[in-house]
Amino acid sequence: MTENIEKKSEASTHKIGIYLWIWLLLFILSGFSYSVDYFQFQGLIRWALILFFMFAKAGLIMAFFMHLFWERYALVNVLLWPLTAIACFIFLMAAEAEYTFLTRTFYFLTGG
Amino acid sequence: MKDNLSKLPSGFKGFVHDWASDQTTFKGVPWGKAMMWIFLISDTFIFSCFLIGYMTVRGSTSVPWPNPSEVFALNVFGVDVPLLLIAIMTFVLITSSGTMALAVKFGYERKKKLCALFILFTAIGGGAFVGMQAFEWTKLILHEGIRPWGNPKGAAQFGAIFFMITGFHGTHVSIGVIFLLIFARKTWRGDFDNGKRGFFTSMKSNYVAIEILGLYWHFVDLVWVFIFAFFYLW
Repeated sequence: MTENIEKKSEASTHKIGIYLWIWLLLFILSGFSYSVDYFQFQGLIRWALILFFMFAKAGLIMAFFMHLFWERYALVNVLLWPLTAIACFIFLMAAEAEYTFLTRTFYFLTGG
Repeated sequence: MKDNLSKLPSGFKGFVHDWASDQTTFKGVPWGKAMMWIFLISDTFIFSCFLIGYMTVRGSTSVPWPNPSEVFALNVFGVDVPLLLIAIMTFVLITSSGTMALAVKFGYERKKKLCALFILFTAIGGGAFVGMQAFEWTKLILHEGIRPWGNPKGAAQFGAIFFMITGFHGTHVSIGVIFLLIFARKTWRGDFDNGKRGFFTSMKSNYVAIEILGLYWHFVDLVWVFIFAFFYLW
């Protein structure tokens, strides 16, 4: 078994260029997301840019540095589908936060 | 094994085939790697809960949230540069992620010394990151008066969220650095070539261990991407 794994591993080494390119891309994307703050973009464009650069970086790290791009779908799907639960949770708690904010503002203004 | 894998169907057909095969589901994946991935999923949920908690707290407070761009500004030669330290920390962590990816590659190519050297570079990057974080915490606690229960710049919840999230991430980095140093030594000594048994597990290991360690390290970098976006930039 160990021998098999080693054989497989050697076969699956990737060219060093891929890693260097991803590394460079991550640097550039980080530079861009930092400039969002440096140039003080505000409002919708700020949030859109932050999210775009964030997902681009996260995707590159997971796909190439963590090798998910080369893994079989049996593993990839097990790893990524549970994350949809987090997406649901975000929407639930965003609604909850909105509600708390409204009640707080109402009672602080009217004095209860 | 590689040849066997390439004979199997790929893509979603492969997904159904592997799960319906009545035997090993994760074909060609060493058990340690599968277990590390499952641990990382659970860690993802922990960090997600923290960040969602942060969203809820920030969205529900009627007091203005302190502006991170000002709180984390660094004064360089009399000019306030927003988020400078955080930007440097981000670049340091990404660099260490790059050196880790190369270490994994060199490990699989059996370049023992190069592999150990790049793991060491990664550890140095991680150490630098924790050092800068300690500097940041010191500055915030001593000079800005930020406490978990309140701060002079706005919503009281800011400190609690900041110390919990960056503290938990910093702990992950610190644990990672310790393991990186241990594995740099093991690699340099040739433990993965001569099948020396581990001090703690008493098991023989191979260069897959470096990839598993790499997965953890990249995950720490991945979490920072989200913290950087949601806490510092938002």
